[in-house]
Amino acid sequence: MSRTDPAVTVSRGLPVFMGRMLAGVPLLGWLLGFLVAVLIEQAVGEPLAQLVSLPKMPVLFGILTVSKVIAAIINTVFKDAAFDPAILIHVPAAIAYLTVVYLAPIVVVARISANIANRAAGAMNRWNLLLPAIVHLGLMYVVLHIWAGMSDYRLITLKITLIAVLLTLSLNIINGYMGEFSCSHPGFMAVGAYMSSLFTVGLFVDDRVLGNALMACSLDFLSFPLALIFGGICASAAALLVAIPSFKTRGDYLAIISLAFLFIIKSLFENLQALGGSRGIAGQPDWATLPVIFIVVGLGIWSINNFVTSTFGKALNAVRDDELAAEAMTVNTRKAKMTAFLVGAFWAGVAGGLLAHVLRYINPAMFGIQKLAEVLAMVYFGGLNSVYGSIVGAVSIGLLGEALRPLEILKWIIIPLLLILVMIYRPTGLVAFRDFDLREAMGPKTEPGQRK
Amino acid sequence: MALLRVEHMTHYFGGLRAVSDYNLEMEPGQILGLIGPNGAGKTTVFNLLTGIYKPSEGRILLDGEEITGLAPHRIAARGLGRTFQNLCLWRHMTVLDHVRMAHYAKISYGLMGAFFGTAKRYRQEAEIERRSRDLLEQLGIGHLADQGVLNLPYGAQRRVEMARALAVEPKVLFLDEPTVGMTPEELEQMMDIIRQLHQRLGLAIFLIEHRLKMVMELCHRIQTLVFGEVIAEGSPVEIQGNPQVIEAYLGKETVE
Repeated sequence: MSRTDPAVTVSRGLPVFMGRMLAGVPLLGWLLGFLVAVLIEQAVGEPLAQLVSLPKMPVLFGILTVSKVIAAIINTVFKDAAFDPAILIHVPAAIAYLTVVYLAPIVVVARISANIANRAAGAMNRWNLLLPAIVHLGLMYVVLHIWAGMSDYRLITLKITLIAVLLTLSLNIINGYMGEFSCSHPGFMAVGAYMSSLFTVGLFVDDRVLGNALMACSLDFLSFPLALIFGGICASAAALLVAIPSFKTRGDYLAIISLAFLFIIKSLFENLQALGGSRGIAGQPDWATLPVIFIVVGLGIWSINNFVTSTFGKALNAVRDDELAAEAMTVNTRKAKMTAFLVGAFWAGVAGGLLAHVLRYINPAMFGIQKLAEVLAMVYFGGLNSVYGSIVGAVSIGLLGEALRPLEILKWIIIPLLLILVMIYRPTGLVAFRDFDLREAMGPKTEPGQRK
Repeated sequence: MALLRVEHMTHYFGGLRAVSDYNLEMEPGQILGLIGPNGAGKTTVFNLLTGIYKPSEGRILLDGEEITGLAPHRIAARGLGRTFQNLCLWRHMTVLDHVRMAHYAKISYGLMGAFFGTAKRYRQEAEIERRSRDLLEQLGIGHLADQGVLNLPYGAQRRVEMARALAVEPKVLFLDEPTVGMTPEELEQMMDIIRQLHQRLGLAIFLIEHRLKMVMELCHRIQTLVFGEVIAEGSPVEIQGNPQVIEAYLGKETVE
């Protein structure tokens, strides 16, 4: 194609131009952009939605609205349902809403604030890491708080997505960093969920299954961290039971042993009438609020990232890539594997405890093969051996699952199809094998072509 | 006292006697060669000494302390570094990470340090990184530190293995065919490296090698292993003239 063709230059030029414009925006700038966007939505979201003739404010960036329209079309074609052409207007309306409320303000604010944000990020980075971490996380929390405050649906979706991030990352330690295919993770999650529920419901709530509260106190919610840790430790103990026999095996055999363990745990809880049998436990106190989940998940990501970037954590990679060489280089491979397994299970247990207190009921059916498929999809979609990957995987599969919900059965074709495509074109996942460097993530960004 | 001493080591694979009555006395600073035809059991001897296999009979003593039957990582930490015949590198790790990993036994910040990022951890990791970069510099691959190992040329991969083995701070360095598949220039470079290491660190080196030129030039003493048995031991000159060795390598001369 000749250089003088203006159409090509523009169509290629615009994304490149935008990319170059935005490459120099640091995380701080993006957060500011998001903050402005959610503030705009809070102020004028509802009237704006009416203006563009949407029935109500789009809850998930308009994707949900669009997939509802697609679902209506599919129903008309395949099930002869009545079709109201008026809903077609929802597609451009949702796109317009997304552009006006989110895309435009984020891009504009991020670009305008880039200089100041870069300077601020640079200045903060010269300090202890704690200050920029607090600023970024605080800002991020404010954005999420405002965003989720606008609808209950958003709040629960956000909570579940955050928990999924923690669960995915904890499985990534075993399946990604250590390279073993473990299938028992929902089992560990179940142990955590049940044990922390036992702690909170048993001690502080009058319950049909677990009897009356053993103690009551106005500050009982302060014991929630203890409940989570208790759940996590119990999950670790359960992991020990899998680890001991399975470390004599590798590869497929470990997968089979851990899968068997998952079924054992599930049927154990189904048959333990003292824990509610297959009906489970309900009535957990409403302690898993957004700030609690945000802090716990943040702590989880922080400590796991600390671990996997240390020489102890890298030992998992060495074990995965060549166990014999690792032994010969003084690595205690048995200890390394055991640590990975127990830590993975601990955080899965904590995630289970959080989930139990978000949903406020649990039953054994929640922790079956379906959950396993979901979390495995998140790990492998997002990327092995990568904290970024776990976040990307959990958020994208989680949000996609929600956004495509109106498509009903088709959702279970689209998501697996996406997974297949990712496996073909990026066999280790979207962002695999990338170290998560806090300082770099929060630091200033330079524009391409500009020296540091 | 001998640095590494092996007494009557025998090993069976099922009914097969892979190594029989193997004895060794290795002095500090000595370069010892182990030669023998393919399948003679040379690598098996290495695997026995480094703890990958447990000998069926016999004792191994390092610096007077018995190390027979210890886990390989413990033996390595006592001071046995090794390289592998068919490069055992960790494919997803960088060159620097390889060398850092070999410091595993020396870390003392513990799991708590790893999870919570204590000051001690950052101090130790920085120290390990400094030493690792130093070591890479010494082996002439300092500029490759942040590369993934898979992208490196073969000679450089060999050096990474060597650097990794040295990071263990070995008393004895085991080199399992370090020049296999190398071009003549790479061979010369590798010999230089081994000579330098020996001179600078005074390391005892135990070398399995097929290329007789290298063994003859480098080694102080040579053992010849055939079918798991040492048939000859001595200085390079003695070995070169030994009729049994010649027979093992070239076969017996038959006269019509």
